Amino acid sequence: MAQLTYRDALNQALAEEMERDGDVFLMGEEVAEYDGAYKVSRGLLERFGDKRVKDTPISELGFAGLGVGAAMVGLRPVVEFMTFNFSFLALDQVINSAAKMLSMSGGQIGIPMVFRGPSGAALQLGAQHSHACETWYLHAPGVKVVTPSTPADAKGLLKAAIRDNDPVAFMEGELLYNVRGEVPDDDDFVIPLGVADLKREGGDVSIITHGSMAHVALQAAGALAKDGIEADVLDLRSLRPLDVDAILATVAKTNRAVYLEEGWPYLGVGAQIVSIIMEEAFDDLDAPVLRVTQADVPMPYNKHLETWARPGAARVVEACKKVLYV
Amino acid sequence: MEALSPTMEEGQVVKWLKSEGDGVSSGEIIAEIETDKATMELTARGDGVLRSILVAEGGIAPVGEVIALIGAEGEDISELQAAALAASSGNGADPGEGTGAPADADMAAGSDVAAGTDVAAGTQVAAAEAAVEIPVAVSDGGADAPGGRIKASPIARRLAAESGVALTNVSGSGPAGRIVKRDVEAALAAGPAVTAVPAAAAVAPSPAEASGVTAAPLPAAPVFVPSGAEFDDLPLTQMRKTIARRLSESIGPVPHFFLTIEVDMGRAIEARRTINTMLEREGRKVSLNDLIIRATAASLKRHPDCNAHWLGDKIRRFNRVHIGVAVAVEDGLITPIIRDADLKGVAHIGAEVRELAGRAREKRLQPDEYSGATFSISNLGMFGIHEFTAVINPPEAGILAVGGVEEVPVVEDGEVVIRNRMKMTMSCDHRVIDGALGAAFLATLKGMLEEPTAILT
Amino acid sequence: MAETETAAVSVVNGGPALGGFSKEKLVDLLRHMLLYRRFEEKAEEAYAIGKIGGFCHLHIGQEAAAAGCILPLRPDDYVIGSYREHTQALAKGLSPNAVMAELFGKASGSSGGVGGSMHIFGADSRFMGGNGIVGAQAGLALGIAWAIHYRGGDQVCVCFLGDAAVNQGGFHESMNMASIWKLPVIYVVENNAYGMGTKFSRMSDTEMVQKAVSHGVEATVIDGEDVMATYAHIDALVERVRGGNGPQFVDVECYRFKGHSMSDPVSGTYRSKEEVDERTENADPIKLLRDRMFTADILTREELAAIDKEVRSIVDAAVAFAEAAPEPEVDTLYKNVYSEINPHGRLFFDGRGR
Repeated sequence: MAQLTYRDALNQALAEEMERDGDVFLMGEEVAEYDGAYKVSRGLLERFGDKRVKDTPISELGFAGLGVGAAMVGLRPVVEFMTFNFSFLALDQVINSAAKMLSMSGGQIGIPMVFRGPSGAALQLGAQHSHACETWYLHAPGVKVVTPSTPADAKGLLKAAIRDNDPVAFMEGELLYNVRGEVPDDDDFVIPLGVADLKREGGDVSIITHGSMAHVALQAAGALAKDGIEADVLDLRSLRPLDVDAILATVAKTNRAVYLEEGWPYLGVGAQIVSIIMEEAFDDLDAPVLRVTQADVPMPYNKHLETWARPGAARVVEACKKVLYV
Repeated sequence: MEALSPTMEEGQVVKWLKSEGDGVSSGEIIAEIETDKATMELTARGDGVLRSILVAEGGIAPVGEVIALIGAEGEDISELQAAALAASSGNGADPGEGTGAPADADMAAGSDVAAGTDVAAGTQVAAAEAAVEIPVAVSDGGADAPGGRIKASPIARRLAAESGVALTNVSGSGPAGRIVKRDVEAALAAGPAVTAVPAAAAVAPSPAEASGVTAAPLPAAPVFVPSGAEFDDLPLTQMRKTIARRLSESIGPVPHFFLTIEVDMGRAIEARRTINTMLEREGRKVSLNDLIIRATAASLKRHPDCNAHWLGDKIRRFNRVHIGVAVAVEDGLITPIIRDADLKGVAHIGAEVRELAGRAREKRLQPDEYSGATFSISNLGMFGIHEFTAVINPPEAGILAVGGVEEVPVVEDGEVVIRNRMKMTMSCDHRVIDGALGAAFLATLKGMLEEPTAILT
Repeated sequence: MAETETAAVSVVNGGPALGGFSKEKLVDLLRHMLLYRRFEEKAEEAYAIGKIGGFCHLHIGQEAAAAGCILPLRPDDYVIGSYREHTQALAKGLSPNAVMAELFGKASGSSGGVGGSMHIFGADSRFMGGNGIVGAQAGLALGIAWAIHYRGGDQVCVCFLGDAAVNQGGFHESMNMASIWKLPVIYVVENNAYGMGTKFSRMSDTEMVQKAVSHGVEATVIDGEDVMATYAHIDALVERVRGGNGPQFVDVECYRFKGHSMSDPVSGTYRSKEEVDERTENADPIKLLRDRMFTADILTREELAAIDKEVRSIVDAAVAFAEAAPEPEVDTLYKNVYSEINPHGRLFFDGRGR
């Protein structure tokens, strides 16, 4: 085990997978000479050369399409979006090409590629740079979506995503890059997609979440513990494939759940999770499932408004108490 | 059968006050029906002749089933009779024809009785036409019931179904009275407690039971309706929320039972007087409650199994005695702790109780001053309460509810004398304290209060 | 053949008369184009009687573009197209049976009936679709060309686009990257003058070739009704691109004889019947080649009739095959959405039993 930052864990995963498979290449804005806008690809250009670590023009639609096209003929592209906010420009290639290619080609042409980059709000980046983008990607069958919250998850899941034969949107937490944690040194440390992680064991209430919000959930669980309330914190890690069994298990245990996510509420991830719980765990419920999300507004620039708009631990605590009827 | 109580699902005909062939008029009492709550009067919903009684006295019919037919004299009711019988679930005391109605009668039942139902449920105008057969008592049940359907969480419903608890008997503690899991669990826990109560009551029968008074209907009287809002909604303070949560947690999963004992407090009062005389020059005083705290602590020391916590996977028996003393404060109650109460003098305890209570009322207690009790005492004697039961504060295994000291006439050596008596009820968590253990503890405590010098032994 | 080394416009007209082509080659080109024509006519017929559904964009009138731009390629070269791609698929080697069955939505179709008219794929033939979003294939072609470059191969990727696609941003992003990285892609704009019902000149103030020149991509214009000229031109370009000289852009000028799709009339508000009639009469690539071959005495009417009979029988057989082919089984619905079933997590959320 080594203590690594989330950033370095990602870097390690990329380097190991590029070492392991010559078909893997990294492409995107500033990934090569600049070492990556968030320095995730630091040193990779030097190590792998400029064919495998490729700077692109500011052309999200173009290089996303390039990635899909390269994957169509068997390469395993890792396309970095400087942030997923910019990937909306590229969504046509994600949704219409990557997601549907295997299906509309009758199984002939798969898309083994990764779209990766930070998603969600950082600090005071304003309306256009603060999206949590999961739902855009999750909506389309054919795409997988992964949202690691810890350095170990970042490494294990990125390696799994690169090895996966389907398009994977790998959404990093913009505020997580400096988070440190234990990461196995193992070159073959792969966390399979579709396995949730119970980040905290409680039993009174289930806080289900994904991505950077796992940290907020743990914070909320700590606050609840002071009131004698012990929360399960289930980090889904992978949203599609989705570990439904883990969701049903925690709900069966606690009979109450709160979904915490960074994005907007309307048709958010939580909406889907609530639907699943309703459909499959109805008889386990002692309270309606509540959601804690970003305020249903474009992210404001003002610091206080931004803080207010974000889903914080206090709102999670409040929601948990509500479903606990206290 | 009409729904004569909000929760009634079936009724038993106790008595028909009219016989077949008697004329009846709308509003006239025609039968007595035993509901799940009481014996109620059933009144006719239309004018005519009581043509046919379909459920005899002693018979039971579900709500909505036809139990008799009122119609015009000489009118042909055979079809309606057949239809009613066909629709009958057979619960009633069968008037003779049996339930083997022909299949086509079923068809007839569908339309005719339904039509009758409509009329009965609707205005009385149709009934007044008399040519129509009016089923005596028909109800569409739930829709009439005040409050409509029972609100319960899915798991509460599941638990109730699995454990045979009728949700109608459970009161909901969730939003808008929603029955939630803990309410069903509380109802389940109350099951054994309910059967345990008579045993406890045998020790000290409640005044009502002792007097043999049975519930009598209140005389009809003009009711003064005050003006203004019918109720006030008060926001919940954090303290109130915590009390609710803690106590609900208790009454839910904790299988309570209750033991009541009466204590002659004459010697205790004397002892208190003596102590206070001694303390007078220090300007200090003790209360009977201080004495009770001390005696309880000493008794717990002798019955340490009562001085315990239930921890789910184990029972923790304490070697030290920390008594939680319930103190009423402005918006609730709090239980400051007298630590090592078995080791402290009564005067010391008294001073500590008053100091803690004072700060409790000012909300200046530190958490370690109100948490960590091994046993609790709640005394409502000063409020004129004779006796009551207190809710256990988990994980403690017991709480003593102390009523007021009262002068009561008692018979001693064949003479009626006045004595100062006090009732104490101990709530026990049956997972920790069994009946005999609780009783032994109470006997020791009673002994100590009736002979306070025993505290010193 | 006039060509410039720099990014400039050159117009190739006439081409190498008959001189550069053997009779066999010309017959082959004719045979191909006739096959495409008869195939599309059958598709039109099948659509009319409800055997083919959805959108169906016919290539009738533009056969020389398919034959002229694809037949010069090697089997290991790639072709990617738009949604007007039936004949390109045939040209790249897909069997008429598989394509027709796909139009019929049958399990034996090239995409198992899941793709349809707009999504014909043939991975083995390196025909990469069949893409329904105007211009999106420019991005995909870029990636295919990148992969060729990445692996150090000498294949090329021919990317068919309609004329309207050059106004898409993604097209320009693709051209720019192909240019800076010298990727082996040939952008073939089948310029039939109308993006659906909109004349190109109404939507662009620059000539078609300018779209490429501004990115530093060599651009040429070719008479796309002249299959010999087109073939020769592309043949030469392929060799240049194969040699690592970067992308090429070709404005292949042609004309669509039918409506934009089967739900669009042949002529109408945006173009006159006279215009369509005139072009059909004078600019039919099959007629042009036929007449040239007649004139040069390298084709007899009997030979032509025999070729036509042969391709008709191929197309009839394709229709019979498609008719007889099984419908896809319902349980294949989820088969190719993901490449494998995830053993841990759920991939589908419709709550339907699978």
